[in-house]
Amino acid sequence: MRKLTLAIAVIAPMLGHAASAEDTIKIGYIDPLSGGGASVGEGGLKTFQYLADELNAKGGILGHKIEILPLDNKTNPQESLVQAQKAIDAGAHYITQGNGSSVAAALEDFVTKHNTRNPGKEVLYFNYAAVDPSLTNEKCSFWHFRWDASSDIKMEALTNYMKDVPAIKKVYLINQDYSFGQSVRSDARKMLGAKRPDVQIVGDELHPLLKVTDFSPYIAKIKASGADSVVTGNWGQDFALLLKAAADAGLKVNWYTYYAGGAGGPTAIKQTGLDHQVFQITEGFPNSGNQVAMDFEKAFRAKVNLSLWYPRAVNEMRMFKAAAEKANSIDPVKVAAALEDMKFDVLDGGQGFMRKDDHQFFQPIYISSFGKLAANEPFDEENTGWGWHLVSRVDTPQAMVSTTCKMVRP
Amino acid sequence: MTKATNSTSKAGADTSSGSLRFYGVWLIGIVALIVLPMIFSSGGSLTSFSLIGIAIVFALSYNILLGQTGLLSFGHAVHYGLGGFAACHMMNAVVSHGWPIPLPFIPLFGGLGGLVFAVIIGWVMTKRAGTVFAMISLGIGELVASSSLILRSVFGGESGITTDRTALPKMFGWSFGPQLQVYYLIAFWLVLSAIAMYALTRTPLGRICNAVRDNPERVQFIGYDPHVVRYLAFCFAGFFAGVAGGLAAINFEIANSAYLGAIQSGFVLFSTFIGGTAYFFGPILGAILVTYLQLGLANLTSAWQLYFGIIFIGIVMFSPGGIAGLVMMHRPLVRAGTLWTVIPSYLVAVVPTLALACGVILSIETVARYSGGEPIDLFGIGFKPTSPVTWVAAVVLVIGGAFVARLSWRRIAEAWDRAATVARDRGYLA
Amino acid sequence: MLELVVISTLNGVLFGMLLFLLSSGLTVIFSMMGVLNFAHASFYMLGAFFGFQLTKWIGFWPALVLAPLLVGAIGMAVERYGLRNTHKHGHVAELLLTFGLAFAIEEIVSMIWGKSPLDYRVPALLDFPAFTIFSTNYPAYKIFMLAVSVIIFVALLIVLKRTRVGLIVQAALTHPHMVGHLGHNVGRVFMAVFGVGSALAGLAGVIAGPALVTQSDMAASLGPILFVVIVFGGLGSLPGAFIASLVIGLVQTFAVALDGSLASAFGPLDPSAGPSVLTDIWNVTIAQVAPIVPYVLLVIILIVRPMGLMGTRES
Repeated sequence: MRKLTLAIAVIAPMLGHAASAEDTIKIGYIDPLSGGGASVGEGGLKTFQYLADELNAKGGILGHKIEILPLDNKTNPQESLVQAQKAIDAGAHYITQGNGSSVAAALEDFVTKHNTRNPGKEVLYFNYAAVDPSLTNEKCSFWHFRWDASSDIKMEALTNYMKDVPAIKKVYLINQDYSFGQSVRSDARKMLGAKRPDVQIVGDELHPLLKVTDFSPYIAKIKASGADSVVTGNWGQDFALLLKAAADAGLKVNWYTYYAGGAGGPTAIKQTGLDHQVFQITEGFPNSGNQVAMDFEKAFRAKVNLSLWYPRAVNEMRMFKAAAEKANSIDPVKVAAALEDMKFDVLDGGQGFMRKDDHQFFQPIYISSFGKLAANEPFDEENTGWGWHLVSRVDTPQAMVSTTCKMVRP
Repeated sequence: MTKATNSTSKAGADTSSGSLRFYGVWLIGIVALIVLPMIFSSGGSLTSFSLIGIAIVFALSYNILLGQTGLLSFGHAVHYGLGGFAACHMMNAVVSHGWPIPLPFIPLFGGLGGLVFAVIIGWVMTKRAGTVFAMISLGIGELVASSSLILRSVFGGESGITTDRTALPKMFGWSFGPQLQVYYLIAFWLVLSAIAMYALTRTPLGRICNAVRDNPERVQFIGYDPHVVRYLAFCFAGFFAGVAGGLAAINFEIANSAYLGAIQSGFVLFSTFIGGTAYFFGPILGAILVTYLQLGLANLTSAWQLYFGIIFIGIVMFSPGGIAGLVMMHRPLVRAGTLWTVIPSYLVAVVPTLALACGVILSIETVARYSGGEPIDLFGIGFKPTSPVTWVAAVVLVIGGAFVARLSWRRIAEAWDRAATVARDRGYLA
Repeated sequence: MLELVVISTLNGVLFGMLLFLLSSGLTVIFSMMGVLNFAHASFYMLGAFFGFQLTKWIGFWPALVLAPLLVGAIGMAVERYGLRNTHKHGHVAELLLTFGLAFAIEEIVSMIWGKSPLDYRVPALLDFPAFTIFSTNYPAYKIFMLAVSVIIFVALLIVLKRTRVGLIVQAALTHPHMVGHLGHNVGRVFMAVFGVGSALAGLAGVIAGPALVTQSDMAASLGPILFVVIVFGGLGSLPGAFIASLVIGLVQTFAVALDGSLASAFGPLDPSAGPSVLTDIWNVTIAQVAPIVPYVLLVIILIVRPMGLMGTRES
């Protein structure tokens, strides 16, 4: 993969890469490949490389081969901009990124400025996992497309599910104190209030991001509030520690989460023994029951040795191909035009579409729970023996939100 | 630690040629800054040069603390970050109020941002030097970095605040959209700050800073308060770190909490120390090398942090003067004309040392890539991390290399001693 | 209310004791050698990972003994081949050496064990609720952690203050030559002290690993707070570190339990003024700022009492 020798490549950043082989479509993959976020970034990279191989095996896009350029941003916005510049120098007209909304915001801003200042050298930014709603609202850009459901879409879908569950009476919100956590919290308040006015929100907590080592005081508060359900956007150690503290204290509630399936999440759930009490909201999951998706999952696991955490990456790459073929060009401006309002059959079944107004992709959303597997559910997670089980599917029309985006078109 | 003073007092003997050489070095530096982008003109290299320029200003500002005054700070990025935020806010304010301030003046406001915070917090922080100061700086760094996420209206949360550098009033018809123009802006400020910081080391304050570093009690006896001296040095360092932050804000058009964090503080400590704190040009070398490695290494190996750690440990243990210290060791030999006696032993040492380095790289990469099974490409030779051949090669290189390298290093030391003795006899002090 | 107070007190004490477990080794090394070991949190991480690996191979209880010994041995090697050579360049150089070491250890750990959290479990013997207060369970493992911390505190105090060994060690710091002339190997004393300090960190790692997340960034996330503890308590003072751990544990836990903000105390600000620093400060809850409270405490104590709570000297 890293073809240059150690010696030569140290000099390479100085000289810049000559744009070789115009034939290939280069996609700059900008995500953490070292440091704390590396396990997530490596997983995404393997997914994209798998997808590129898959497309290349079928002749690529309009006869062009696809090459993924791995670029390490160390989850740092400034570093991401440097890496984006590197990708552009190497001849990439497409970049993709997902981890960290702060990185996404910086990249979106960078791509917009770059395209205004360098007409004829446009770059498209495909976002596969940064879910901050502002990216397709006040900060929206013509050059940015998002395949992941933004956090408000997920909350819309989740509350559409919750409104039909009468057992939910008291909800506690606990989130990380940053833009994503705050949008989860405010959306939950707003949407639950509108759809289930009888549900009481008995607590609304924001804790600092990745700084809490002991969640037992928070658990004490949840317990004191008498909540029956907790909604949380926590991920990483903030999720694992929260759940551990809850299990230690013997807290019995249902957990509605965004990222329980993230790296380390399944391990933590299995440790606590919370069987089918942790729910996750995603655009797809391994045991969805859709045969095509499950075959894909099987092949993917066999080759990459990971579970498919990004079904949206599959949608992104396949839809990119479809759009290029529709435009009959790999020119970014034409591909962008073709993507607008494009309809697409997603991996896990059902139809989604890329809304022209804000470049947000809308798709069916699934709510699944984690626990012991049934006979027809072959896929477990992180070798725990437990896996995801379908609880509810929310169709595209029930998973849509409005936008405030005022798109500036070139 | 007083080598810097030695070398300059020596230069007094032959003033005219000394000052000629002195200005010559600066001139060469300036010309190099102007010419560089004409040789390497790709967007990526311009970005690299810009980043290196910013890193140099930042590292030089840090050396006012570490090298000049002997204050080890683990939170220097606070000033850098606040400078960045100040610059970003200023740019947005200029645009929204229509003030006639063109972009090249913005780093000044960055500097003020860094300075204001240093003025406020510095008095408490600099009460003590040494380990206590290091710990306080660490705590303050954490405090500011965490608070920046809470004070959203100023710091814009974790996504930070963005700005558009082209929206400011134009100067000489430059819009500062293209990276080349930004590079020249950074180069201009780099030269300006470097001259200012160099001049600072020549002032009485700069000299008394050195005295505070070496012996605070004696400074007290001659009537200066070390606390005040440390405070002043801290403020100057804060100002120039703010300038660097302002330049970074212009370059990236964004300021966020990553500017303020521990990683940035660690980065400047690495650059400065690896470059060498005892000489003015040390941090410059360090900033170039570390920025460069950071940009290049990260895409080559996921274990780049480990290489950084090893290089750093090596420097701390074997060459506390940094790269600059190593270079300057040769000065008396060059003057005495005995350098040629050392060179053969250097050449002999190159091979085993390289073998040792290759062995270490090979071992690290084998471990790092063992699970992924990615091949290692070392100088065009491919190695499979899972194959025993690679392991044997790594072990042989490390052990054999270390054994032979030690012998060759001993030879260097002997040759060195001889050459240095001769140099000393000829009246050139090492 | 009573429920929250009782539970918060308990949680605070438990968390404080964990902090003490972590910072005891750091304090021992500092008070004996004057070296501030930046890599201490990394030794703690090594302890957790060794503990995990050994638990997998030979079970938790042997690991509890072996892993700290291993970490202690590594610590001794670091002292012998690293710090001793750097000593002549002063304490700042020693600090920098451990700083570089922390960097390297983190990367080595993530190279070997990966970057994802490990499945390091509480031993079955202690995996039950010890008691229940206000329907909240307290796991036996946490009580075990508490007990270990207290035992270590008492044992360290006795060894350092009441035995001959402690006397020699303390004298070696202030009068190394005299101690040397009395026939003790000062170098070996330092090596042993550093080894013991590292082993304590390792022990903390083995014990805290299952309770917290065992992951390659665990050192970086806990490191700064340890320094706050020992500076707050007074550099080099063991009782100071003990009290500081308790204070920080309690303050942080109670801060989380409180929902108040300036807005809730004095009413909301005039919304027409728009967002500003004032509204940020006005609306932030005490719970939100809980984790930065220790750093605020640090700054306050350094202004009011620069040598820390129980410190005797200034640096």
